[in-house]
Amino acid sequence: MDELLLRQLTPAVIGVLVRRGVDFATAEDAVQEALIQAAMTWPDRQPADPKGWLVTVAWRKFLDAHRSEASRRDREQRAQVEPPPGPTETADDTLQMFFLCAHPSLTPASAVALTLRAVGGLTTRQIAQAYLVPEATMAQRISRAKRTVGDVRFEEPGNLATVLRVLYLVFNEGYTGDVDLAAEAIRLTRQLASMTDDEETAGLLALMLLHHARRPARTRRDGSLVPLTEQDRSRWNTRLIAEGVDVLQTALGRDRLGEFQAQAAIAALHADAPRAEGTDWVQIVGWYDELLRLTGSPIVQLNRAIAIGEADGPVAGLGALATVDPGLPRHSAASAYLHEKAGDLLTAARLYADAARSAPNLAERDHLTRQAARINHALRG
Amino acid sequence: MTKYLLLKHYRGAPEAVNCVPMDQWTPAEIEDHLQFMADFATRLEGTGEYVDGQALSPEGTFVRYDGEGRPPVTDGPFAETKDLIAGWMVIDVDTYERALALAGELSAAPGAGGKPIHEWLEVRPFLSAPPTVTE
Repeated sequence: MDELLLRQLTPAVIGVLVRRGVDFATAEDAVQEALIQAAMTWPDRQPADPKGWLVTVAWRKFLDAHRSEASRRDREQRAQVEPPPGPTETADDTLQMFFLCAHPSLTPASAVALTLRAVGGLTTRQIAQAYLVPEATMAQRISRAKRTVGDVRFEEPGNLATVLRVLYLVFNEGYTGDVDLAAEAIRLTRQLASMTDDEETAGLLALMLLHHARRPARTRRDGSLVPLTEQDRSRWNTRLIAEGVDVLQTALGRDRLGEFQAQAAIAALHADAPRAEGTDWVQIVGWYDELLRLTGSPIVQLNRAIAIGEADGPVAGLGALATVDPGLPRHSAASAYLHEKAGDLLTAARLYADAARSAPNLAERDHLTRQAARINHALRG
Repeated sequence: MTKYLLLKHYRGAPEAVNCVPMDQWTPAEIEDHLQFMADFATRLEGTGEYVDGQALSPEGTFVRYDGEGRPPVTDGPFAETKDLIAGWMVIDVDTYERALALAGELSAAPGAGGKPIHEWLEVRPFLSAPPTVTE
């Protein structure tokens, strides 16, 4: 059975039901039930028209749910108003579903959960596992999200920026268990990019592809982190890099720069260096300047200082870092890195130990502790 | 079966025997320690006794209600808090003795010089659901 096909059809099928007048929450439930039935019966015999099959079954599920609530007379009336399955605009419905599930009225966590379910076709259990929360909690989060967007008109013009932010969050956060969230984010962004003519959507897709390409080299078998400079670049996925660069170049050629394109350009410059020493840091600093202009983000300032440290030497890097808020996450880690490059090992070791104490996750904490230990070990000779 | 919380403290527990901080260990000693911790959890998963394990950031804030319509009062983080929890492991075991034995093994995790840390861990039983048969 083609599970991906099933999941890809999910938003369009919900869209068909919504266009027939079913409210979004009910339509979404009916389609989930249809998906479960497909998972049980398709392995034996996949229908010739998978989407038509899903629409028919989801519509029956919807009617069943209503019948069980309604009186006998109502039931008979409803059965007569069942509309014939007519032609539908798949792409439009799917795109509207992206907009609805990332609606600006939703919190990021709710939008992520709703998108994964109603656009991604994942089950509540799979989503709960990916975010390490109990299934009941995730079920509540999703049903509250559905209520929140309950009154949104389906045809309402969408906000692409919030959709991109939601997909970025799916790519960047969450645990890899049963479902590979990074791969799922790429699948959804690819689907979105095929329906929109938008440079930033392409930029986000390129950014994801370029980072995903490094994944085999990013962690050791025990789960510990390998910094970019130490990664075995022969393990980077060249097919993903080629696709990412291609998507990015097309987007950049249209001269409407945005933050995802700029971030992808930085990733592409890293991907372009066969060895870490060959990295074009001067160009990378240029892209950080663009990114800073676009976002004004202090995190960009911090990363820019590290890039300047590589392009113009650690003293210049420390100079740039001096203007960055020292309370920022990873400030001590950046400062430790630049101090070590500048030859001030005592300060570097102390800052790495500080950075380990304020690390936001275990893998980073362990990595920073190792850095402190490595320098302390060298200092003892 | 009873669940026990094995608590590791940054501060507040009696000092460990081998108390050299981790950033002063050799890189190889750190690898050995992390491997020991990972193996320990894997083994307890294998015996069906592992429930959960989490590490906490050292920075914390005290918060309390400050009356109707007012934002909560916060205090801290306190550099000198006496007791500071670093993390925990929850195990589900048959006997108290088994909980003690496992905490003892965990406390023997290798530290500086490859020698056991002899760290003090706190073992606290969970208050369980009431049993059905009581007489």
